[in-house]
Amino acid sequence: MNKATRWFSRNLIRIYAVIGFAYLFLPIVYTFVFSFNDSKKSNLVWVGFTLNNWKNPCGAPDVCNALGNSLKIGVLATFFATILGTLMAFAMGRYAFKGRSVVNILIFLPMATPEIVMGASLLTMFISFGFNPGFWTIVIAHVMFCISFVVVTVKARIASLDPRLEQAAMDLYADERETFRRITFPLVAPGIAAAALLAFSLSFDDFIITNFNSGDVNTFPKFVYISAQRGLPAQANVIGSSMFLIALIIVLVGQFVGRKRAGVR
Amino acid sequence: MSTALLHTGTHEKKAVLKKKKLIPYWLLAPGIIWLIIFFLVPIYQLISTSTQTQGFGIGTYVQTYRFSNFADAISSSRAQLFRSFEYAFLATVFALIISYPLAYAVAFKSGRWKNTLLVLIVAPFFCSFLLRTVAWEQILGEQGLVIKTLRFLHIFSAQDHLTATPFAVVAGLTYNFLPFMTLPLYASLERIDIRMMEASGDLYANAITTFRRVTVPLSMPGVVAGTLLTFIPAAGDYINAELLGNPGTKMIGNVIEARYLAIVDYPGAAALSLILMVTILILVMAYVKRAGTEELV
Repeated sequence: MNKATRWFSRNLIRIYAVIGFAYLFLPIVYTFVFSFNDSKKSNLVWVGFTLNNWKNPCGAPDVCNALGNSLKIGVLATFFATILGTLMAFAMGRYAFKGRSVVNILIFLPMATPEIVMGASLLTMFISFGFNPGFWTIVIAHVMFCISFVVVTVKARIASLDPRLEQAAMDLYADERETFRRITFPLVAPGIAAAALLAFSLSFDDFIITNFNSGDVNTFPKFVYISAQRGLPAQANVIGSSMFLIALIIVLVGQFVGRKRAGVR
Repeated sequence: MSTALLHTGTHEKKAVLKKKKLIPYWLLAPGIIWLIIFFLVPIYQLISTSTQTQGFGIGTYVQTYRFSNFADAISSSRAQLFRSFEYAFLATVFALIISYPLAYAVAFKSGRWKNTLLVLIVAPFFCSFLLRTVAWEQILGEQGLVIKTLRFLHIFSAQDHLTATPFAVVAGLTYNFLPFMTLPLYASLERIDIRMMEASGDLYANAITTFRRVTVPLSMPGVVAGTLLTFIPAAGDYINAELLGNPGTKMIGNVIEARYLAIVDYPGAAALSLILMVTILILVMAYVKRAGTEELV
């Protein structure tokens, strides 16, 4: 074997990984590049470079109204789902109780049910109780499908804790409440933060369940779906790209802080 | 080292579970009540609606226990039902083929880049999945560079398309749910004690045998979780079929959506939803039983 083929076979998996990541990111790069397109009506063909879309992200009709709704719904749904899910995760991770397997199934079922079934069944219920779908029905639906993901994420964190840390606190005469406040909760907090981030991104990105239960309230994914049929305005690309960059920065900063804290300890 | 710690952790955990009678129920109550009212009750409503028939006026239905709604629903949408499972199966297989080496590379070959690469796997989620699907539609579409290049090279004729094909729908499904496959695979690969692989090498197994007899079996929990997380949403999806497909690639999700929101045929749509849900649950249970993984949550 000559040098080149040997290098190639040794790095095959790395080359493959690079191609894999390129595949994952191609549509995101495309979205980002076309956010600078000087398009008039439909953003399909490259016309020329402009910063106008970034200077005026609300330039397209209704796009910022939809974005505002998505952000409000995302924050509310994340807040409630994180609280409800975290409480459940502590029950599941820390206590022995009767009916555990039933609860397990109830947590697993929403994750194993296709979104369209959940969306359709919720709409059926709202209609039969004479509820008009709108802003709050979306929040209710989002809390519902986020809870399970929060439980699973926080529970995993609780299960990975070293119980000796809490035992040590108790040995040092901390009572149960203080152990929880000073030891358990700070250790579980990164898991709760991760769960909240996950819940927010699930809520912000949801289309199928939202489409069923939103009435005439617009959300960002709904806006993209509806306008995709006549050509998406470049402002949607601006908003998509900035959400992507903001989330990426939050995660990277979180990782950096986490590593720094671990280093200090 | 860290895996060893984890193991003692889980062992002791079992003994540590507290037995206070009421506290766990108080902690569970709010979430459970939410799930009962907004998940179980709606499913019950769905079941009840599925056997109703049209009353007076559009959108009003009365309970008549008409179970033939199910037979009607299946016979009118058999093609879309089978197509959904076919596409979801193909997308799951492709996602597994693409993800396994990717997860393997991140778990074992990335060195100090590991955490960054892990973030990059999740990162596509931060960009709206509808935007990404629209981006694929435009990249592969009639105005895009790919099709123009292929036509210029005479690989494709003017009649050939990339979008509005079954290929595009399956590719879109594969792309959309890829991180759902990669993450659990990574999690289970990362947990493998590297000394197991070294031991296999010490016992004269070559790289391929080690991979086949050690790495793959130990990563099975990740394979099971990943395939489920990909297959379930893919089977119920209708965005990819809508944006990347043609009328001949409609999936069951498209039918349910149209019956609910356009035709206002609630019983038919409810029957189809139930068929989809029950079929998936049966497939999942059979699969999990065969794969031998019990604790999923």
